[in-house]
Amino acid sequence: MRPAELRDHERELYYFQLRIGFAGAVVLVAFALLFARFFYLQVVQHGRYASKAEDNRISIVPIAPNRGLILDRNGVVLARNYSAYTLEIFPAKVRDLERTIGELGAVVEVQAKDRSRFRKLLAETRSAESLPIRTRLSDEEVARFAANRYRFPGVEIKARLFRQYPLGATASHVLGHIGRISTRDRDRLEELGVEANYRGTDFIGKAGIEASYQHELHGTAGVEQVEIDAAGRGLRTLARTPAQPGNDVKLTLDVRLQQIAEDGFGERRGALVALEPQTGAVLAFVSRPGFDPNLFVDGIDPAHWDALNNSPDRPLNNRAIAGVYPPGSTFKPYMALAALELGKRTPRSTIHDPGYFVFGERRFRDSKPGGHGTVDLYKSIVVSSDTFYYQLANDLGIDAIAGFMQHFGFGARTGIDLEGEASGVLPSPQWKRKRFRLPEQQKWYPGETISIGIGQGYNAYTPAQLALAVATLANQGAMYRPHLVSQVENPRSGTRRSIGPELVKRVPLRAENVEFVLRAMAGVNREGTGARAFAGAQYTSGGKTGTAQVVGMKQNEKYDERRVSERLRDHALFIAFAPLESPRIALAVLVENSGFGARAAAPIARAVLDYYLLGKLPAAPVRPAPLEAAEDAASD
Amino acid sequence: MELARNPLRSLTAYLAEGIDGTLLAIALAIAALGLVTLYSASYDQPGRVASQATNLAVALGAMWLVARVPPQTLMRFALPAYLLGLLLLVAVASFGDVVNGARRWLHIGVTRFQPSEMMKLALPLMLAWYFHRREAGLRPLDFAVGAALLALPVLMIARQPDLGTAVLVAAAGFYVIFFAGVGWKPLAALGVLGLASLVPLWGLLHDYQRRRILMLLDPAQDPLGAGYHIIQSTIAVGSGGLTGKGWLRGTQTHLEFIPERHTDFVLAVFSEEFGLLGNCLLLVLYALLVGRGLMIAANAASFFARLLAGSIALMFFTYVFVNMGMVAGILPVVGVPLPFISYGGTALVTLFLGLGILMSVQRHRKLVQT
Repeated sequence: MRPAELRDHERELYYFQLRIGFAGAVVLVAFALLFARFFYLQVVQHGRYASKAEDNRISIVPIAPNRGLILDRNGVVLARNYSAYTLEIFPAKVRDLERTIGELGAVVEVQAKDRSRFRKLLAETRSAESLPIRTRLSDEEVARFAANRYRFPGVEIKARLFRQYPLGATASHVLGHIGRISTRDRDRLEELGVEANYRGTDFIGKAGIEASYQHELHGTAGVEQVEIDAAGRGLRTLARTPAQPGNDVKLTLDVRLQQIAEDGFGERRGALVALEPQTGAVLAFVSRPGFDPNLFVDGIDPAHWDALNNSPDRPLNNRAIAGVYPPGSTFKPYMALAALELGKRTPRSTIHDPGYFVFGERRFRDSKPGGHGTVDLYKSIVVSSDTFYYQLANDLGIDAIAGFMQHFGFGARTGIDLEGEASGVLPSPQWKRKRFRLPEQQKWYPGETISIGIGQGYNAYTPAQLALAVATLANQGAMYRPHLVSQVENPRSGTRRSIGPELVKRVPLRAENVEFVLRAMAGVNREGTGARAFAGAQYTSGGKTGTAQVVGMKQNEKYDERRVSERLRDHALFIAFAPLESPRIALAVLVENSGFGARAAAPIARAVLDYYLLGKLPAAPVRPAPLEAAEDAASD
Repeated sequence: MELARNPLRSLTAYLAEGIDGTLLAIALAIAALGLVTLYSASYDQPGRVASQATNLAVALGAMWLVARVPPQTLMRFALPAYLLGLLLLVAVASFGDVVNGARRWLHIGVTRFQPSEMMKLALPLMLAWYFHRREAGLRPLDFAVGAALLALPVLMIARQPDLGTAVLVAAAGFYVIFFAGVGWKPLAALGVLGLASLVPLWGLLHDYQRRRILMLLDPAQDPLGAGYHIIQSTIAVGSGGLTGKGWLRGTQTHLEFIPERHTDFVLAVFSEEFGLLGNCLLLVLYALLVGRGLMIAANAASFFARLLAGSIALMFFTYVFVNMGMVAGILPVVGVPLPFISYGGTALVTLFLGLGILMSVQRHRKLVQT
């Protein structure tokens, strides 16, 4: 036994060593192959490559394409480009950055904010790139630096294109802004496989249309072959494939209407979204406060950034699609429609409203003490009876409510062509199970259904969702995806691509039920809670006021009591459409912490409808003229 | 007592214990060439050489530690290391950082870690351990299990996507299976199967990976993207000629025509400045390194040690061949560094750990029969 095993062992070892030998032979062959290749490149083809290297005084320089323009529906320019000189430093080629910057300060003006912006960029970007220490140099500064250039190796003057938003903060949450390409952006571009097209480009859309239509606006990079001397300096251009400019993007927005809507808010915070019901085109899109996107174009300086980022008003937050709010009584028309569709109420059935609704031990109070007396379905919308809807919610049950409301897009992203949309919350037992961990929190309590009926409780929707819902209602249940861009145009060839209406779905509804609810909403503006705001209107319209409680809001700014209480005030809401017969516009307005919807939100809707339907400007002073254009621009 | 008599000498003896002088000398010679090349490549980023020297010191420490661990002890780490590696790969796939479009990095406290790197050693360890346990009667089924153990991490790494590391890990595993004695027929069948699977694999590749392969055929197609790397590195190599342009005199290098010149394309810098003679020297050094490794494998005491050492020796070869082939324009551009030369700490530590394992095997080799 033993000798056999030993022999076996030896045989195994023999085979192993055979394989080692085989592997060694493979290694040698592979290395010989590499040697052959090196021999071919370095000896046989040496002459060819040596002259290529000699000619490799040809540097391939990418040419950044011109970014496309953004225009409103009438062709008003909202974003454009201008060219200016910048002074840029290659951090990798400069030994002592601080000293160089200090010495540069003697030649051209370098302010503290320029330094801090430079330091911020330095921390954010890869070292191989050149970074601006000064932007928008004057001709005199260019000349002065050129004369002193020999003193500053690694510092260069470059002509760059800058983005400009001529109307300043107008529609800032639609346009968004551009910013320097960050390491993270680069990673994303590489992931998409388009990084080569971005060589030479410094800026990229960061928010709004600038971000969501980045690939349209960007264009195609060109290539320039430049002859360089032994030190790497450019001598002359040998060949050039020009860059293809990015496409111009035309919005559905009417910038005049937009300005009227924005002015309506004054200093108050809030959002407004106005849609064309038959197409989903966004006519006005407001989120207040806004910001001046021009601050971002050559790298925002830290002081401005902190001010924007830390403001309690959160001006960078796009409330229209990312803010979620309870809809309050603007929920009632849909509840009424649900009651009709599901056969829980008829137009003739009435209830008695004593001013409260008792459920178990709890008493849900109406906003009107003493109640509205005898209330039918029509009156329940016109006077906004809470008791009616407490009862209705209880009769329908949460599953029926949630099932019906999702038809109108509540609790789902609208699919608008902007990034960062929130989905909101359409409450249901199912949602609660998913949302919470603890079993007692996961349970749906019947009492919770009651306040859902008046748009409170867990209800939370974005203003864009509220606008889409009312547009869908006004359009007999046909829902069109909201979109801000109507057309993309190639500025060279003039080829246009229209982005047409996209039907999302047709909610199956009975026409007479929709008619009934729309007529009740017209009653709101004629004789109900919206009547004061719409007094004397020369067109028919429907509306619904809403007041949403700011629940469970905690505030840690204890020192300013006045402000705290202001932040805990109710939100004012209003949804509307006009004209009644064939609605051409539908909108939702939300004004944060402003109390009653009838008082704070409805007048804004009125101003928007007046202008859109009649071309009438509001009586209030028109906003100041737009920022003067390119006073500090184009030195060439 | 000995210690008291000559402290310096016994300290040296203590440090040298278990270290294979030949291996170390070859590796250090290559590393020295690397630092010299890096100095030239990083003319605009001083500090790279010093930081690479620090990496080298850390890596040497790791090697020294592993060299003192006997193979039997290493065997005990095989299964845990493999399982941990798989676990970390799963973790990376679910919540790793995306860098350059690939999900490869895992955050651990303040530092980031690439679990795929660990697999380069964990997989051969695992396979060697598995075959060692079944040494008594290896059957076709065992090889099938081995192939499965190999495929699992390789597919996960390829999906990150990290083609370069996937190739290296797959190769390391394959070598163990090869040395374990899988029959030539299944091997040939595997080869045919592998070639046949290239067709569906092409469909699974990312766009950028496909472009890199197509670029080999026509680099001029995309002068701003991947083609640029190949065009410029070929010019650098070819213009180096027989003796090179001289240290610090490479125009391609210093006019910034060579991309990734510190890392994956460092050979282009070396070739340009030291020419064909330099390349020959490098090839000879690598051949000696691999040869020494294979010798150690041939003399190893146990089945486990033999498989492990053989696989590691050939892994060094794979690194060299894939990287040099890429720079010379005969293999597609995948992210594989040139061993002991490319800038980067993680790869260096892995390589020296591999050396440490070889040294441990050599120290506990079978005593020569008299």
